Amino acid sequence: MGMLEAILITIATAATPLLIAAIGELVVERSGVLNLGVEGMMVMGAVTGFGVALISGSPWLGFLAAILVGALFSLLFAFLTLTLVTNQVATGLALTLLGLGVSGMLGESFVGLPGVKLGSIYIPVLTDLPLVGKFLFGQDPIFYLSLLLTGSVGYFLFRTRAGLTLRSVGDNHASAHALGINVILIRYLAVMFGGACAGLAGGYLSIVYTPQWVENMTAGRGWIALALVVFASWRPWRVLAGAYLFGAVTIGQLHAQALGIGVPSQLLSSLPYLATVVVLVLISGNRRLTMVNTPASLGRPFVPDR
Amino acid sequence: MRIELVKRPQRSALFSALSPFIALALTLVAGAIMFSLLGKNPLDALYYYFIDPLREVWSLHELAVKAAPLILIAIGLSVCFLSNNWNIGAEGQFIMGAVAGSILPVMYPDFQSWVVLPLMLIMGMAGGAAYAAVPALLKTRFNTNEILTSLMLVYVAQLFLDWMVRGPWRNPQGMNFPETRNFHEYAILPEIWASSGRAHWGFIFALVAAVAVWFMLSKTLRGYEVKVLGQSPRAGRFAGFSSAKMVFFAFVVSGALAGLAGISEVSGAIGQLRPTISPGYGFTAIIVAFLGRLNPLGIVAAGLVLALSYLGGEAAQISIGVSDKVARAFQGLLLFFVLGADTLIHYRIRFVATGSRKLEASHGNA
Amino acid sequence: MATPPETSDANLLEVRGLTKIFGTLKACDHIDLTIGKGEIHALLGENGAGKSTLVKMLFGTLEPNAGEILWNGQPVRISNPHIARKLGIGMVFQHFSLFDALSAAENIALSLDDKTPISTIAAKAKALSYSYGLPLDPHSLVGDLSVGERQRIEIIRCLLQAPELIILDEPTAVLTPQEADKLFETLERLRAEGKSILYISHRLEEVKRICDRATVLRHGKVVDHCDPRQETAASLARMMVGSEVQAVVRPPVEDANNQAALLEVRKLSRAPATPFSIPLRDISLDVRAGEIIGIAGVAGNGQGEFFEAVSGEVQQADAGSVRIRGKDAGRLSITGRRLLGAAFVPEERLGHGAAPRMTLSENMLLSRHATDRKAFLGVAGVVRKHAISTASQRVIEEMDVRKSAPDPEAASLSGGNLQKFIVGRELDRRPAVMVINQPTWGVDAGAAAHIRQALIELARSGSAVLVISQDLDELFEISDAIAVMHNGMLSRPIPIAEATLEKIGLLMGGAEPGHVEHSREPA
Repeated sequence: MGMLEAILITIATAATPLLIAAIGELVVERSGVLNLGVEGMMVMGAVTGFGVALISGSPWLGFLAAILVGALFSLLFAFLTLTLVTNQVATGLALTLLGLGVSGMLGESFVGLPGVKLGSIYIPVLTDLPLVGKFLFGQDPIFYLSLLLTGSVGYFLFRTRAGLTLRSVGDNHASAHALGINVILIRYLAVMFGGACAGLAGGYLSIVYTPQWVENMTAGRGWIALALVVFASWRPWRVLAGAYLFGAVTIGQLHAQALGIGVPSQLLSSLPYLATVVVLVLISGNRRLTMVNTPASLGRPFVPDR
Repeated sequence: MRIELVKRPQRSALFSALSPFIALALTLVAGAIMFSLLGKNPLDALYYYFIDPLREVWSLHELAVKAAPLILIAIGLSVCFLSNNWNIGAEGQFIMGAVAGSILPVMYPDFQSWVVLPLMLIMGMAGGAAYAAVPALLKTRFNTNEILTSLMLVYVAQLFLDWMVRGPWRNPQGMNFPETRNFHEYAILPEIWASSGRAHWGFIFALVAAVAVWFMLSKTLRGYEVKVLGQSPRAGRFAGFSSAKMVFFAFVVSGALAGLAGISEVSGAIGQLRPTISPGYGFTAIIVAFLGRLNPLGIVAAGLVLALSYLGGEAAQISIGVSDKVARAFQGLLLFFVLGADTLIHYRIRFVATGSRKLEASHGNA
Repeated sequence: MATPPETSDANLLEVRGLTKIFGTLKACDHIDLTIGKGEIHALLGENGAGKSTLVKMLFGTLEPNAGEILWNGQPVRISNPHIARKLGIGMVFQHFSLFDALSAAENIALSLDDKTPISTIAAKAKALSYSYGLPLDPHSLVGDLSVGERQRIEIIRCLLQAPELIILDEPTAVLTPQEADKLFETLERLRAEGKSILYISHRLEEVKRICDRATVLRHGKVVDHCDPRQETAASLARMMVGSEVQAVVRPPVEDANNQAALLEVRKLSRAPATPFSIPLRDISLDVRAGEIIGIAGVAGNGQGEFFEAVSGEVQQADAGSVRIRGKDAGRLSITGRRLLGAAFVPEERLGHGAAPRMTLSENMLLSRHATDRKAFLGVAGVVRKHAISTASQRVIEEMDVRKSAPDPEAASLSGGNLQKFIVGRELDRRPAVMVINQPTWGVDAGAAAHIRQALIELARSGSAVLVISQDLDELFEISDAIAVMHNGMLSRPIPIAEATLEKIGLLMGGAEPGHVEHSREPA
């Protein structure tokens, strides 16, 4: 395996959790809901994924648990914002704070334990291809799942009637309600899908990316995923591009640290965060682009009259 | 069963006053359940969390030490949140205030005079305000989401502090520990009542800030401007208020208060800079702001409650062996209940049994 | 007197005792209504009479508290719009239920309950639209379409479901008179095909023209069933309002030619601020002391952008493009323009003209914190609550604002009462220039008459008044001259004596001013 391919694979591993979480949030935002709790749901997924994998010995059960916990955790957010019509921004923050607190509590006994790893796939001949074999055919299964997820969400949103309905709810919930579309139900489902994705992304961090549990181990990735959705102007394939860009920045700075190029490591570590800010500035500065693409009902409360 | 909201014609004054208490009560109930699940006697646990720290004078001082930064930051956040500016980077502004305020005692340790402390406080406020002005500038100039930028800058500030105390500002006599030199006596924020405990002037700053900002918000045109722009930006524009100027005002005020909290913490409670100077005050203050219903006077009370949960966490760890991490979970839960209870201010909640909607075929005359 | 609804097999829809209660308000109180097959049935009533609530119950977006609905003689429960559509009820909403970010075909697909592919829907919609003479491009993005085109989508969407009963809620409110004529042709053709139509309007002339029967609502109750062709507009109005509506009195302008222009707009242009907004092109206009100039136009032709530019909510680069009382104001903020003596009332009441969750006295300060600084503010900007609530009380009495609490939140007032307060807040200053956008939109007849009369009195007392309105009846009632805005351009004002509905309508539809001048020549 060449150096370049090794780097490509680490980039993919860094990008995959961002991609999965951002795709989930994209669906949520397309339905008109802004869930800022991605970080909280992700860290909950990370701690339960790690714990269940450790106790059961099966990474797959870990992923399943991470998905379930992410979805359940998002249900809290959905109940508050959709049923009790609380402020979505504040409630999303609450979800993040709660997730960080609860995961710290749950994960205390896991600190320092080695995690259960998930193997990479191996297809004879294909995986052994020179240059690209391992990158294309020799990664972990969740990597392939993340690509499949991106494609299916793109297909669902823009090629199916259900996807059209979801987008219509995000564009104008009053019109959707007037046509008899169950706005609240669709939003509940979207939020839970987003929660499941964030949970899976968290599980990936603690099972594949760095197989261990460290408090606050998401380290802002949930927030970067939120920024990616804006960066991608709510389009799935652009999320993929953005996630790999961030994966590259993350891995690039790690390699630079390892090489010891004379720049403080803290500066290099802050690059993904600074890159997020720069990217947001570049995208948001184009007001026309953001105005046309932002789901018009995003973050607005909806109470049907009865 | 289904839950329906019925909009009240007027906001309910009763529930405005009651909602923080409902939220606290619900948090206690949830906490009791949580402790039972952890196999602890819930009454004991709640006692150690919320009563025990109040029994001794030194411990009340500790309460004031912890409450001071929470209150100062949350007051600034109330101005932001009321004007619909979502500054969630107070943790970073706190750190940058602490760093800027430490320039004099760390870089010029020989400059020892009574003017040092006032200068440090001013520089701390300036540092926090300048750091907060970054997301404000990006929001007004490039239409960038301030939630994400202000939060990203927290991580940058943490790494910056880490670099400073390990690199250029490391104590030359410190045996390579990652910390700055200890502040000299002119750079230390004095205790309020030194003979009985550690509480320093930061708490007084918090009370003064609370009264000042309360006055501004509830009595002056500027406060009116904050609320109009927060509730309906178009009405604010119609009034001739500038939302761009308001973005700067809110961020700068809250950054300055977070910076003041930062330098007060460093100079009053710690006495030097270290890689970590805050147990997440900037984030917990978000909870304080909402629990205080975004009213600076309410925030003083709310800040004391949250400070108590920090102290209680430590007390419970020592006495009944519950992890102090439980306190963080508690705090998160509290914010959820606060937000949920606030719904009662604007809505009446009705429970409807599904499928039992009455449809009488009455044909009486009207 | 009220003729009881007859029951016969020919009835498509029969409604008995339908009641809807919101909190303490009986929005609909034991409504009886029958609609026969092949009938155009008018539902008449003022704003707030309960028309919209009633049709929402018929279409399933609201559930009634009591009463029953019979469809072809069978009792039915319409708990959601899917059931309504399945029965054969179609609806054209007043405020449209469309999605700006989606194409016309996607918009149509969303209300069809089967799984027909979008391409098939697009083809069908196109064919149907041409057969009714309402041409439609199914692939265009709704956000880019005019109001009239949007309504076409609503109508075609409704017709594609092959409904037996079509409900139209205030369909002509957004159309030019000529477009309305076209709509009436379509409706008559549908009637000829045996469809039934429930036609909601408060425009009496058109009801008399196309409707076979009418049901009149007032305060949530049926007050009468009648044959509109046997009634006069005045008698219908009396049924709706319950009393004689005060006619607005418009005395002539004194010495009209020697009055100074207090508001001058000179070659005002503005690039579009958002992808969906209209650029303003080279607008010039004078409004003299003592007169009211009306600006007519179909919604979305730049009226909102024009209001922003004239009021100073958006400033111009050219200081001379707006002049108030002879002074350049183009680069002044809205506050600066107010200080020159101008006052403004925007179209949207809640969230623009008033902050919804603030009390009336707090809202008093919204537009007057600078002009009444001395009275309302003390040292260091401290708000003088007493002075403000006194002023607010004065406005409430002057304009007869009805409210439920001493100082209620703006959002709790009815549309008419809040509008009276907002207009009164500005009148209380005796402004030299008044610019008002849609002064009586969604306001009941009594309040509308009160506001219109107050505007005339303001003008005749020496102020210049500019009224932007979609309501042509209103403009003809109060204006001394009417200009028409179309696609960001403004026509020359036509003196009211020369203005006809046809002429204004053609300009609203985009006809060249020269062409219209010609059409005035007797044939």
